[in-house]
Amino acid sequence: MARPASSITSTSTTRIEGWPVKDETAPPRTTPIQSATFTDPINAEIRRAAATGIYDIRGGGAKRKVPHFDDLLFLGASISRYPLEGYREKCDTSVTLGTRFAKNPIELDIPITIAGMSFGALSGPAKEALGRGATLAGTSTTTGDGGMTPEERGHSDKLVYQYLPSRYGMNPDDLRRADAIEIVVGQGAKPGGGGMLLGQKITDRVADMRNLPKGIDQRSSCRHPDWTGPDDLEIKILELREITGWTVPIYIKVGGARPYFDTTLAVKAGADVVVLDGMQGGTAATQDVFIEHVGQPILACIPEAVRALQDLGMHREVQLVVSGGIRTGADVAKALALGADATAIGTAALIALGDNDPKWEAEYNALGTTAGAYDDWHEGNDPAGITTQDPDLMARLDPVEGGRRLRNYLNVMTLEAQTIARACGKSHVLNLEPEDLCALTMEAAAMAKVPLAGTDWYPGKPGTTF
Amino acid sequence: MQTIDLAQTELSALNESLQAQTATTNETAWQVLNPKGAHAIACGLDAPIEVTVKGSTGYYCAGMNKQATIQIDGSAGPGVAENMMSGTVVIEGDASQYAGATGHGGLLVIKGNASSRCGIAMKGIDIVVHGNIGHMSAFMAQSGTLVVCGDAGEALGDSLYEALIFVRGSVKSLGADCVEKEMRPEHIALLQDLLDRAGCDAKPEEFRRYGSARKLYHFDIDNAY
Repeated sequence: MARPASSITSTSTTRIEGWPVKDETAPPRTTPIQSATFTDPINAEIRRAAATGIYDIRGGGAKRKVPHFDDLLFLGASISRYPLEGYREKCDTSVTLGTRFAKNPIELDIPITIAGMSFGALSGPAKEALGRGATLAGTSTTTGDGGMTPEERGHSDKLVYQYLPSRYGMNPDDLRRADAIEIVVGQGAKPGGGGMLLGQKITDRVADMRNLPKGIDQRSSCRHPDWTGPDDLEIKILELREITGWTVPIYIKVGGARPYFDTTLAVKAGADVVVLDGMQGGTAATQDVFIEHVGQPILACIPEAVRALQDLGMHREVQLVVSGGIRTGADVAKALALGADATAIGTAALIALGDNDPKWEAEYNALGTTAGAYDDWHEGNDPAGITTQDPDLMARLDPVEGGRRLRNYLNVMTLEAQTIARACGKSHVLNLEPEDLCALTMEAAAMAKVPLAGTDWYPGKPGTTF
Repeated sequence: MQTIDLAQTELSALNESLQAQTATTNETAWQVLNPKGAHAIACGLDAPIEVTVKGSTGYYCAGMNKQATIQIDGSAGPGVAENMMSGTVVIEGDASQYAGATGHGGLLVIKGNASSRCGIAMKGIDIVVHGNIGHMSAFMAQSGTLVVCGDAGEALGDSLYEALIFVRGSVKSLGADCVEKEMRPEHIALLQDLLDRAGCDAKPEEFRRYGSARKLYHFDIDNAY
């Protein structure tokens, strides 16, 4: 039995008033160890679930660390490769999407587009800012699950109109006003899932556009109401082409589920463009469990989609647009090197507009979060005024200034991609190729199908035994 | 009467001709011969013209129709009058799946039976089916009216919003959050008008009304299905 602390013989150590006295004679005790399985966040979620009985809903994409473009490096030029002069020699960035069937393909100045995000999830000024920024940068922006707004159409030189399972706001007039149509089968944040927009954001205008009662928690269906498979989809595309006179490209967007087969079937169904969205791609709102546990990283999806296109003899005939965690010009360059024709950004574009800006830290704190971690986009309280329908918050975003910021960001990404392409000796960013890359990790090497750095090998390489 | 024979004319040429008509056209009567189940016939129209399709159609006939009156002298394939905005579509025979899907307006009349998912996600369209309808009809129906003079299949009105459903015969089962509701005088009047416009001599008093219990309107532990 341990003796009481008061009976311990005094030592030379100065005793601090109020601190517990260490029992030097007690047997050693086990250091408290936090579980790697039952972590603080997991335990907090268990307690939250037990208290509320409802799953966690949030916006954004996967937050877990997954193999990504950061795990790839460009080799650059050396004796065996000849670089282009970094600031003077031409390195083209233009991309044409929709060359397969459409009479009027979309010509973009840069290989970075703005992904679909709905009016409703985003404010009207935010949609306007996206249109302005994309137009200034010479690229396209995309509607979302909620229809086409006049602000967005009016400020978007090239606007892609999403054709979604919910068909909220869908009408033939807007369809004919679009520069391209994107049939959304799925998205990276939630392949196999539908959307949701909680009642806080269903204002009169949003409700009217969606034919819904004001203030309800709105659910979007997970699959299209009038077709069920690739054979049906082919006929659906025929109908859309007949309604639009075969003028505009038709994209098919899929989440990163089974990219080889999805790409194959999209091409078979008649797509001009395949849009492939990895699990890091954001959403306005869905279950956290869906975001973090369904779908594949974009790095794993691109090579499989490219392989499908190559097997069909359609690589570069049907263009591939990829998204999900694109943040920098390096990400863009790596995606193109793996075989994509263009990229799309969503979350990054919102950050460029001001989302999660530390200048709103006090307000993020008041919402129980911090800048950089704010993801309750569905609640409509966004201090940055982007993912909200609150008039006072919306007014914080100046769409002209927002558009300028987005233009700047797109320009920087483009310059970065050009810098890398020139270093690899490419006069067009689309000339980047897998041969320009190596991988830092075994996982990235296996997914990207490029050699592990310092080797000529990657897991699964044909002709190798392991 | 303008006549286009699909045995002689490409589908795109047919649709281009019909879509080119405007509100002031004097070519208001059209007929389409030899449809033979072709898809996307007379889709995307936007003029007050009358089009008669002399035979059965494939997928998406009259898709996204505005203003036009389209009559199908046969049966219709899946997605007939999908996303219709206005106008009238009449099918003399049966309709396959998803008839009137996501329709925003206008009147769809099916004189035979309709298959599954009739009126799925309807957003303001009125649909009158003289016969029976299949399972999962009016799934997530938002607004508009679905009238069924015969019987309804399983899971009628699942996850319904504010659409009205009237059924004269039996309902095999109701979907989540769909309940039978009181038939009030305004519903009798609404139904009588629709039946008259659809050329149906059924009596409004013979129908039962179904609508949303509105328990799924907000995420809650107690309404999880």
